[in-house]
Amino acid sequence: MYSEKVIDHFSNPRNVGEIENPSGVGTVGNAKCGDIMRIYLDIDNNEVIRNCKFKTFGCGAAIATSSMATELVIGKTVQEAMEVTNLAVMEALDGLPPVKVHCSLLAEEAIHAALWDYAQKNHLVIEGLEEPKKEILS
Amino acid sequence: MTDKFNIYVDNAATTAVYPEVFDSMKPYFTEWYGNPASIYTFAGTAKRAIEESRERIAGFLGADSNEIYFTGGGSESDNWAIKAAAEAMNHKGRHIITSRIEHHAVLHTCEYLETHGYEITYLDVNENGKVNPADLEAAIREDTVLISIMYANNEIGTIQDIKRIGAIARKHDILFHTDAVQAYGQIRIDVKELGIDLLSASGHKIHGPKGIGILYIRNGIKIGALIHGGVQERNRRAGTHNVPAIVGMAKATEIADQRLEQDAEYMTSLRQHLVDRVLKEIPYVRLNGDRVDRLPNNASFSIRFIEGESLLIMLDARGICASSGSACTSGSLDPSHVLLAIGLPHEIAHGSLRITISPETTIEDIDYIVGELKQIVKRLRDMSPIYEDYLHGQKYVC
Repeated sequence: MYSEKVIDHFSNPRNVGEIENPSGVGTVGNAKCGDIMRIYLDIDNNEVIRNCKFKTFGCGAAIATSSMATELVIGKTVQEAMEVTNLAVMEALDGLPPVKVHCSLLAEEAIHAALWDYAQKNHLVIEGLEEPKKEILS
Repeated sequence: MTDKFNIYVDNAATTAVYPEVFDSMKPYFTEWYGNPASIYTFAGTAKRAIEESRERIAGFLGADSNEIYFTGGGSESDNWAIKAAAEAMNHKGRHIITSRIEHHAVLHTCEYLETHGYEITYLDVNENGKVNPADLEAAIREDTVLISIMYANNEIGTIQDIKRIGAIARKHDILFHTDAVQAYGQIRIDVKELGIDLLSASGHKIHGPKGIGILYIRNGIKIGALIHGGVQERNRRAGTHNVPAIVGMAKATEIADQRLEQDAEYMTSLRQHLVDRVLKEIPYVRLNGDRVDRLPNNASFSIRFIEGESLLIMLDARGICASSGSACTSGSLDPSHVLLAIGLPHEIAHGSLRITISPETTIEDIDYIVGELKQIVKRLRDMSPIYEDYLHGQKYVC
C-alpha cells in the first residue's frame, strides 16, 4: 500500500524531536481524526531554516510526511519553504494512497503554522502565508 | 503460530486451516466432484458428505440437522436472517432491536432495512460492551418483530447474556437472531437451551475454510430465501453446494467440539499472561471488554498517545500480524464503532490493538510480542505531540 520511501521515512523518521526556544512552532490536526502534527523551526537572521524537528501522532503516512517535510524545508529560506506544498511532499515520497493525501496536507499546514508563529513573533509578513486554522486539540 | 517470523495473532480476522481439515476436503475437489444435486450414483458420495456434515454441525449446536442451512459465510447468514425475518414478519410490525456493537454485516443490513420502512433500535452497551437485558426488554414495542444481538464481539471479545436475551425474546414472542461468528467453536452453544431462533456461524474463524457458513433456523420459523435459483437447502438457499468447504467446516467443528474445553483453558491462560504483562509493563494502557465474560482468544488494548495503524506497521516489520480499530485501518475518519460505543474518546480509540490468539500460539510468541510492543510503544510515544503535552501537563501539576 505504501511506497518504499514512505516505509523508509516511517521506519526511520528524520528529525524527530523538539527544538528548545524555537523560532516558530505550529501544531495542526486533531486527535479526533487521529492525526496531530507539530513542527518546530530554528531560523537564523538571514531567514534561513537552520533546523526543523517534528512530533506526530498519527498513521504511517502522517509520520512519513512529517519526516519528509522537515527534510525539504531545512536549508531553505522562509520564502522558499512556502513552496514545500503537500504535492511537493507527496512527490518526494513517490506518492501516497488516495486515502492518505490528507496527511500531506497536514504536513503543509504544520509548516505554515510554524512559519506563521515565527512571522507573528518577529512582526514579519511572509508572502502567501495565511493565518492557520485554529487547532482543535481534544 | 510456530514460525518465528510470522507470529499470527489475528485469529478473529481468519484462521489457518488445520491440516486435518484440509485433508478432509481434498477428495471432494478431485475425486468426489460430482454435483450433489445430480441423480447418478457418483454424486451420491458428495450428497452424503453434505448430510453428514449437517448432522455434525447440528449436533454441536444442539439442533436438528434439518435446522442447519449452508451459506456462503457469516455475512450472508446475517443478511439472510435479518432481511428474511423482517420480510416474513412485516404483517406484525417493522421494528427491530439490535445493539451498537454488532458486526457491520448486521448493522449495515439494519441500515438497509431503515431505508425500506423499518425502524431500528440500536441498544447502548456498558463500558465493558455488555447489553443490559433490562434495556432490551424496555425497548420492546407492539411492532417489534426481531431481536438481533451478537453472541460475542469480534473486537473486544465481550460475551452477551444470550440466555437472558433469548428468554426475553421468547416471553414477548419475538424472533431472536444471534451472530455467533466469533463465539462458534470457542463456546459451547445449545440453541434450544438458549432460546435462539436464528444463529449465524462461519467456517474460517474455527480453522476451517473461507466462503462457508451456516444459518440455524429453528423448526417452525417461516422465513423466505435470500438467494433464489435452485432447490438446494430445502428451497431456501439456491446455488450448487460448496461440498469441500462444507466438509471442511464440519471437520473443523468436530475438532472444536473435541478440544473446546482444553483449548479454551489453554487460550484463556495464555491470554491472561499477555494481558497481565502488557498492563504491568506498559504504562497508560487499558484492557477493553469484559474481564470475565470474554472470548478465550481475545485481548483488546487501548494504548494512549499513539495511533493504531503506525503500531500495526511496526509490529508487521517485526513479523507480528495483529489488528486495530483505528480510523486509518478502517478506511474512514472514525475509529471503530465498538470502541466508541464502550465510551472511549476518539484519540484513545485510535490507539487500539487487538490480539487474537489460537490454540497454536505459544507462550514464547506472547513474550516476543510483549517485548516488541514495549519498544514500539516507547518509540511512537517519543514521537507523539500529545504524549509530550501530557508529560508537560504533569510537570505543571507538580
